[in-house]
Parts: sequence; structure tokens; C-alpha cells
Amino acid sequence: MTARKRPAPKNRGLWLALAPLYLFTAVLVFVPLVYVVVLSFRARAEGWGVADTFTLDNYLNILQPVYLQTFAGSLKLAFLCTGLILLIGYPFGYWMARLSPRGKKAMLLALMVPFWTNSLIRLYGWIIILRAGGVLDSLLMALGLTDRPLKLLYTYPAVVIGMVYALLQFMILAVYSSAEKLDWSLVEAARDLGAGPVRAFFTVALPMTMPGLLSGVILTFIPSMGLFFIADILGGNKVVLVGSLIQDQLLQAHNQPFAAALSVVLMVLTSLLIAVYKRVTRTGELEGLL
Amino acid sequence: MKKRRFTFQKFYLGLVLAVIYLPLVLVVVYSFNQSRISSVWGGFSLNWYRTLFADRAMFGALRNSVVLGVCASLCAAVVGTLGAVGFHRIQPRTKGAVEYLTMLPLMIPEIILAMVFMAFFAALGLPFGMGTLILGHTAFCVPYVYMMVKARLAGMDHSLTEAARDLGAGEWRVFWDITLPLLAPAIASGMLLSFAMSFDDVLISLFVTGVNVTTLPLKVYTSLQNGPTPEINALCTLLLAGTLVLVGLSALLGRLGRPAGK
Repeated sequence: MTARKRPAPKNRGLWLALAPLYLFTAVLVFVPLVYVVVLSFRARAEGWGVADTFTLDNYLNILQPVYLQTFAGSLKLAFLCTGLILLIGYPFGYWMARLSPRGKKAMLLALMVPFWTNSLIRLYGWIIILRAGGVLDSLLMALGLTDRPLKLLYTYPAVVIGMVYALLQFMILAVYSSAEKLDWSLVEAARDLGAGPVRAFFTVALPMTMPGLLSGVILTFIPSMGLFFIADILGGNKVVLVGSLIQDQLLQAHNQPFAAALSVVLMVLTSLLIAVYKRVTRTGELEGLL
Repeated sequence: MKKRRFTFQKFYLGLVLAVIYLPLVLVVVYSFNQSRISSVWGGFSLNWYRTLFADRAMFGALRNSVVLGVCASLCAAVVGTLGAVGFHRIQPRTKGAVEYLTMLPLMIPEIILAMVFMAFFAALGLPFGMGTLILGHTAFCVPYVYMMVKARLAGMDHSLTEAARDLGAGEWRVFWDITLPLLAPAIASGMLLSFAMSFDDVLISLFVTGVNVTTLPLKVYTSLQNGPTPEINALCTLLLAGTLVLVGLSALLGRLGRPAGK
């Protein structure tokens, strides 16, 4: 947009280099987002499509108990999963940063394989484990821990397991990249001055890895509100997330304006989270995004 | 005391890693299972691979996925690299906003991106199919390339480019002869990551694809919804092998990238 308006003559080549990025952000990010915001204030046309009238109905619609419950349920699941991921992922990332340089490299590579693997393949693995009479049931029954199958697949715990599994690496990598920069001599100094390991951790190491921790929380919390296909496949339509609602409104009900309003609300929620993160850590970028 | 805690740490890392890998291992193991019911082990067999290779529709989906991944990562490489280099040299007032918008596709839940594209492409009247798929995938591939190239530029020694400039080379000459070769490993890793993410994507594809175009992940998705067959195990195993090759390549690139920066 602005690419051609004010080129300092010397920098014309650089502006040309920037032109594709400006064009990309304008056409594929900015304009579509604005369009969806506009769409969310439009009414649904009779039958198919969108009418040209301004309305707040879509937002009022969200206030219906059914939809509010979906939002509440999504938030609850997101909080639960993020909490579990934090409990499992923080120690992992923290201790991973204490490995030898070779160990770190090997561990990063080991984490990369599942991250690059198709998420559906990983979900499928969990279906094999969790289904009635599957690997987990057989194992527990062989050990004599239960006498009948747990039938965990298509239950709430199955969805939680799937979410935690799918998003764990974001927390691990975020905490790791923060803990890796940690000056361990400070932790040792605290120990030398008589602090116990727990106290040294909570007064020195934890505050210093806080950016990574918070970044991990955001990187897991945001996707967990929208990953409806995990809920779909492991929860068997019993767990409805905001994501599933948006998908239903678009693909089944063909109600684009309402889906747009739902998306805008979800977008505002996530932007608020990122804004809070930036306030708290005073940094611009999320730690360990890659 | 200290020694014992150390072993506990390693034990924990190993345990979590084992749980992370367990589902992948199971998918591979059961792809060689004779029995149709995947909870029963019926002996070793390559049957499911045979059925898979006989499935014409699978090859069509594979071709679509590869074409899509290659096109999207190529577009992302051009846009992301040029953008990162441009912003490295000049800092216009709009830089912050444009950078924010560039990263946005990775920051918002994917379902929103999918919804946004579906509505937007429909409003433009674009025919849904490979074209819309490439556009949609490019949107989340650009940030990966941009980030990789930006990080590399920040860690690069700029005396070479400065020397070239002092010797009278123009901006484009410097870019082609010096910056681009130095950035090549970073661009390549960004493209590999983009390709992997594109090859993995279900959500955006589900919303912006047309009736006639299906990708491999979409095929897996529908089959998981309708009750998976061991044929899908075989497919997943092959995809996994492909992933290992990609990760190996990118690790190699990482090793190539480091000495070049010095």
C-alpha cells in the first residue's frame, strides 16, 4: 500500500524488496481480517449468503446460554490443558537446559521429529492406545490393575490427553529457550548463601525463566481453544469447543456472519492475552516460537 | 545427593520422551499387523502397504499435497526473504505494524485463519481449489521463513556486505552476490519447515479446498472420523518416514548454516 508512496530515491530497490511483504500482509492478512469484522455485523441473507444490512444480532446471539456454555467449556478445557502442560513441560524444558551441549542438541532433534510429524498421525497413535480393548486397556488388565476395559476413547480425559500431547512441545521449547539463557552461577550463588534447592529455584530460577513460562502458556492456551479436530476425533463429538462451533456454523449451518462474530470474540480474547504477556514481560516477541 | 537428583532429571526427560514417541511407534508397528482389528496382533504382513499402493485416490491426494507444499513454501521463501532483508536495511515507520501482521497467522488460533480465508475467498468469488489452498497455506508459511531469515540476518557478520558496498556494488548486486548465498541455509530451513507445516495442515485445507481437490491430511482426517483402517497405518508410516528425511535435511542445513556465518 504505502510501498510506492514515499520512496527515498536511494532506497528504491529496498522498497521493491519490501513490496511483496507489504502486499502479502495487506491482501492475505489485513484485508481479510477487516472483512471478517465487517461480516460479523452483517445479517444472514435468506437461504444463502450475506445481506447488506448492519446488525448486532450476531453478537447478541453469542449471549445465549448454549453458546456462552461453549465458550465457558472451551476456556475450562484450555485452562486445564495449559495447567497440565505447564506441570509436565516446565521441568522438561528446565532440566533439558542443564544437559551437556551434545545432549541438548540430541534432545532438540528428538523433539523436532514429533513436532514435524503430521498431527493426525500422532492422534491416530492415541486412538490405538485409548480405544476399548486397546493397548492401554490390555496393559492395565494384564497388570491386574483393572478387570474390565476403561474405554477411555471418546471421553473428556481422552480429549485432554490429546490436547496436552499436541501442544506440550510449545511449552518445552519456550521454557528451554528461556532456561538456556539463564545464568546458572546466580542459582549457585543463592545455594552458597544458604538457600535450599527449592528456595533457590523459586527466588532465582523461576523469575528468570518467567518470560519462557508465560510464552509457553500463551502458545498452548491460544491453540487449545481452537483445535476442534482433536475434540472431534478423540472426543467423538461429546466435547464441543468454540472451534467446533465456528466450523459447524460455516460448513453445516452456512451462517457466515455468526461464525465471523464468534471468530472476532475469540480473536479479541487471544489479543488480550498477548497484550497482557507483553505488558508483564516488556518484550515484543514470544519466546521460543520455533 | 547432587548425583541422585541428576539421574532423576535424566529419568524424567527419558520418560516424557518415551511417552511422546509411544503413539508414533504404535502406528508403525500396527501397520505391519496381519489382523484387520488393530488391537489384536495377527502376525507380520505387508498387506496394508499393498492395498495402499493399489489405491489411485491416495496418489492423487499425495500429488496435491506435494504440489501445494512446494508452491506455498516457494511463495513464502520469496516474500519472507525479501521482506526480512528489506526491513534489515531500512526501518520505515510502518515496520512494526507490518511485522505484527506478518506474524499474526501464527499467533491466532488456526480455526480463525481458516474461517477468515473461507469467508474472504468466497466474497472475492475465487473458485475453491488448488489456487485458494496455495494462498491459504502461503499465509502461514511466510512467518516461518521471515523468522528464520530475520534471525540469521541478526547473527550475520555484515563486514562482507559493507565491503561490497564500499567497492561500489549496488543494493541488488550485494543482495545477489553476497547476502543471498549467506542466507541460503536459513531460507532452505524456513522452506523445509513451511513444507512440513503445509503437508501437515488439516484445518485451513478443510475450509478453503474445493470439492474435487483433496490432500493427504484431509484423506487421513476423514478416515479417522469414519473409523480408521490399517491402510491408514501404512500411509502414516510412510508419511513418518518422509518426516524423518525432512528433519534430517534440516539438521544438516543447520550444521551448514553455522560456519558460513563466521
